[in-house]
Amino acid sequence: MSTKIEDIELRLLLEAIFHKYGYDFRNYSMASLKRRLLQACEEFKCRSFSQLQDYILHDMESAHAILAFMTVQVSEMFRDPSYFKAFREQVVPVLRTYPSIKLWIAGCSAGEEFYSFAIILKEENLLDKTVFYCTDINHQALNKAKTGIYSLDRMKKFSMNYRAAGGTSSLSDYYTTSYDAAIFDKSLRKNVVFSDHSLVSDASFGEMHFISCRNVLIYFDKTLQDRVLGLFKDSLIRSGYLGLGAKENMLFSIHRNAFEEVIKNERIFHKISV
Amino acid sequence: MSESQYKAVVVGASAGGVVAISSLLECLPSNFLTPICIVLHLPPDKNSMLDQIFNDKCSLQVKEADDKESIQPGFVYLAPPNYHLMVEQDFSLSLSSEDPVLYSRPSIDVLFETAADAYHEKLLGILLTGANSDGAKGLQTIIKKGGDGLVQSPDEAEAKTMPMAAIKKSPSARVESLENICVFLKSLNS
Repeated sequence: MSTKIEDIELRLLLEAIFHKYGYDFRNYSMASLKRRLLQACEEFKCRSFSQLQDYILHDMESAHAILAFMTVQVSEMFRDPSYFKAFREQVVPVLRTYPSIKLWIAGCSAGEEFYSFAIILKEENLLDKTVFYCTDINHQALNKAKTGIYSLDRMKKFSMNYRAAGGTSSLSDYYTTSYDAAIFDKSLRKNVVFSDHSLVSDASFGEMHFISCRNVLIYFDKTLQDRVLGLFKDSLIRSGYLGLGAKENMLFSIHRNAFEEVIKNERIFHKISV
Repeated sequence: MSESQYKAVVVGASAGGVVAISSLLECLPSNFLTPICIVLHLPPDKNSMLDQIFNDKCSLQVKEADDKESIQPGFVYLAPPNYHLMVEQDFSLSLSSEDPVLYSRPSIDVLFETAADAYHEKLLGILLTGANSDGAKGLQTIIKKGGDGLVQSPDEAEAKTMPMAAIKKSPSARVESLENICVFLKSLNS
């Protein structure tokens, strides 16, 4: 089958973005990325990816808006509550045995997952000895995460999740409301670093006790998944934990033998010494 | 109808879909090699047992799709609840938790459109019963790229909205009873 022009243009567009901005989308899952870029084409009234490339290279303002289309920013607090319940019941007792805890949320988006972990660790009296590293490549999302402000209409769902995840008080104890916004207590982010870090190109920056990276790997192809799982392996202490998304796996990865699934069904693995 | 006519079959259904897909899978013989990918709308947050239920009823191997899994002959892949299912150019599957499309995740349109982009004219799309219009755009894309579209007859579908929306958008799609769809599928293999 001959390569379609559209796919040639897509490849060229990704090259252009890499060379101009340093963002490397070349090993993303193409089906999903292409869909998002087609949406960007519609939004910017472009006939082709080549036309979109013109905007990306020559119009900074549009470029940032287009780049925002390329990363998926869908999250919620205590998403998949059973994951957080398993963390609280089975991981926290182990974390408690360490003098200090480092927790990395890779692909933190607008911070929903960070506040979820922070609340659990506060309730477990471990927040003061935990340092969080929250990383993403999307600056807008990172800025939002730093403010901890979410739309009030999302709180109903978040509260349901919080209770299902074994929360011991009420989610509303952790935020104040102002008009249509829920503003999360800033004491939750006493020990957190929000930082621009790319799983595609950046290196390990510390030894973590727990890495949570959920619904990020599915947007990467196998090659890139291998790179990222290798990065996580190098970034975990011995028997450190790695939590993945509900439908993410290591079945096809070269690193599958470096990890063991310790909490089945919740995709919580730990690093095994090799 | 030579056996190489289609490299894959994609199926979409919503309300009433469990029964319809069940009878579709039941009618297929174990030597039906063309892989089948299915999106069936389900309530999110449910750990679906559908792969087991369908597996017990049919002679093909039914499984929930794993991310980055290669599509293999003789297999039936189900989209997991709350994830979109997509086909990559190398005929592997990807999952995605992007926003729902037409209030649906998994979305039939997303599966159909990505599959059409990978298989072109070697794709058969089947749209069954459902109470919304997901799949109509996807089926249109399949036909536009040279593939074929089959729609369950609204007269017999438990919910008519989905087949009717597809027929409206793609007048050239064949409209058949579930029984005839089964006959057609079986003829592909002989």
